[in-house]
Amino acid sequence: MRSVPGPLKSWLEGVIVFTPRTWDKNVMFKTGGIDPSEWVERYGDYLFRYAMLRLRDRAAADDLVQETFLAALKDRGSFSGGSSEATWLVGILKHKIADHYRHQAREAPLEDGDLREHSDPSSFDGSGHWVSGPADWGGNPADLYREKKFLEEFTKCLSGLSPNHANAFTLREIDGEDTGTICKVLNVSETNLWVILHRARMQLRQCLETHWFNRNMGKGS
Amino acid sequence: MLSCKDVTRLISESMDRSLPLRKRIGVQVHLLICKFCARYERQLLQIREMVRQLVATEERPGAPYGEALSKKTRERIEKSLQQR
Repeated sequence: MRSVPGPLKSWLEGVIVFTPRTWDKNVMFKTGGIDPSEWVERYGDYLFRYAMLRLRDRAAADDLVQETFLAALKDRGSFSGGSSEATWLVGILKHKIADHYRHQAREAPLEDGDLREHSDPSSFDGSGHWVSGPADWGGNPADLYREKKFLEEFTKCLSGLSPNHANAFTLREIDGEDTGTICKVLNVSETNLWVILHRARMQLRQCLETHWFNRNMGKGS
Repeated sequence: MLSCKDVTRLISESMDRSLPLRKRIGVQVHLLICKFCARYERQLLQIREMVRQLVATEERPGAPYGEALSKKTRERIEKSLQQR
């Protein structure tokens, strides 16, 4: 028998490996009836992961997941069955997270320092040239999301930003929101938001380079 | 002539809106001659792609890793749901 060609073989492996997950997904995202007694068991971890990635704070994530379930219980008449239970619950959680961001923006309004253009004074000299440019990351870093340790490092770097910067980055890059929506949540002008996102990206890039790429790839500038 | 500092700011801005033509040309010309800024742009786009993949992986039910509700919180939530 002729051997299976490489691409087909890996496709077949993909089908075999992913079949159980697809099945799980169908079970989890089934539409129809509501049974609150099974909610925590079925969706608790899923909602918690969703909240943790966006809040970076265990206590806050715990609270918002709880509030989500309570709000869902109260409003379960509004569940149309048109979408899956999981999607409906995430929709509620998403609103609660936005409220949390709004609250943080009110508690700690942006100050001049947050908006100054020279985001990282040590990156550039007086005439605006790189002091030490970005290092070569080598390889194909886009595949790194597969590594658990990378997720931890990324979360740590994101937590290192000020809450407003981290929240702006999260809304833009994790949730893919447009800038108009983000301006409303964080109560900033669009010009200020560009500066905030610029600073957030620059700091995050630097942090990943220092704590991940230099360490794991043995390359530095 | 745009400095590297200006260009990094505009690279980020171009990820949030389409830059006016003049600025876009200024950035492109700079990127042709500046290896660091070109690398900076590439890495920001790589980070965007990594985050996108990370979210897709994390939010799949039964994600391979990531955190779970603690036993304590789980019990607290279940109790609060039963009281309603």
